[in-house]
Amino acid sequence: MTLSILLIVSAALFSVGLLAALSRRHAIFILIGIEMMLAAANINFIAFWRFAPEPAQPLGVMIAIFAIAIAAAEAAVGLAMVIAVYRHFRTTNVDQLNQLKG
Amino acid sequence: MSNAAFVIISILTLAAALAAATLPKLMHAALSFAVMFLGISALFFLLGAEFVGLVQIFIYIGAVAVLIVFTILLTRHDLGKVRGFNWGGGVVPVAVFGGLMWAILKTKSVSIPPPHIQPVTVQRIGELLMTSYVWPLMCVGVLLTTALIGALILVLEEKRE
Repeated sequence: MTLSILLIVSAALFSVGLLAALSRRHAIFILIGIEMMLAAANINFIAFWRFAPEPAQPLGVMIAIFAIAIAAAEAAVGLAMVIAVYRHFRTTNVDQLNQLKG
Repeated sequence: MSNAAFVIISILTLAAALAAATLPKLMHAALSFAVMFLGISALFFLLGAEFVGLVQIFIYIGAVAVLIVFTILLTRHDLGKVRGFNWGGGVVPVAVFGGLMWAILKTKSVSIPPPHIQPVTVQRIGELLMTSYVWPLMCVGVLLTTALIGALILVLEEKRE
């Protein structure tokens, strides 16, 4: 196991998340894709912390913990927005939410 | 640190991620999402970041996955109708993956084995959170409170005139 293999796994996870966020038409799938991309970034933080020479502070671990907390806040607000949009428009298909289109 | 465990966990995680991104049924995708985060937590355990792995399991499988399932059940009115999958959106992820692979394989200094380092204990993380990282901790507290209030206000019933 070298650092480059971990980085490749994380890049693949990021690409799959991007695929979910760009291709799916359901709002919840877009949020799932964004969570996947954040998790891929976390893997990179932990991997660079693990493979670096012994640091004075475990900076990568701390950043990953804060990133997880912020991702949880983002998921809560995002899912509340999905419910609010569903109540108003009776749909969660992002293609039908085109009220601002000229 | 065993290589076989790493390969198995990576393949499981990526397969679950791909299933979560492409399965047509929302509930199956939500379950694959939980399996994917279990795999990522196992990866963190393998890398020696046990606390982050545990936090990941608590927050993602305990809270976010349950929240996603609740949202699916609350908006199940159009579960059958939203099946769209736009393959045109697949070009950008493939291009991004190709670019990242090129950059990773070109950089020779990242193909290194892991050095031996001291494991980071929960006590050390707690000390750091209360000393060096106390301001970020307070900011995250304010952010979580704001997100809680914002989510509540967003899902309040609209007034009908």
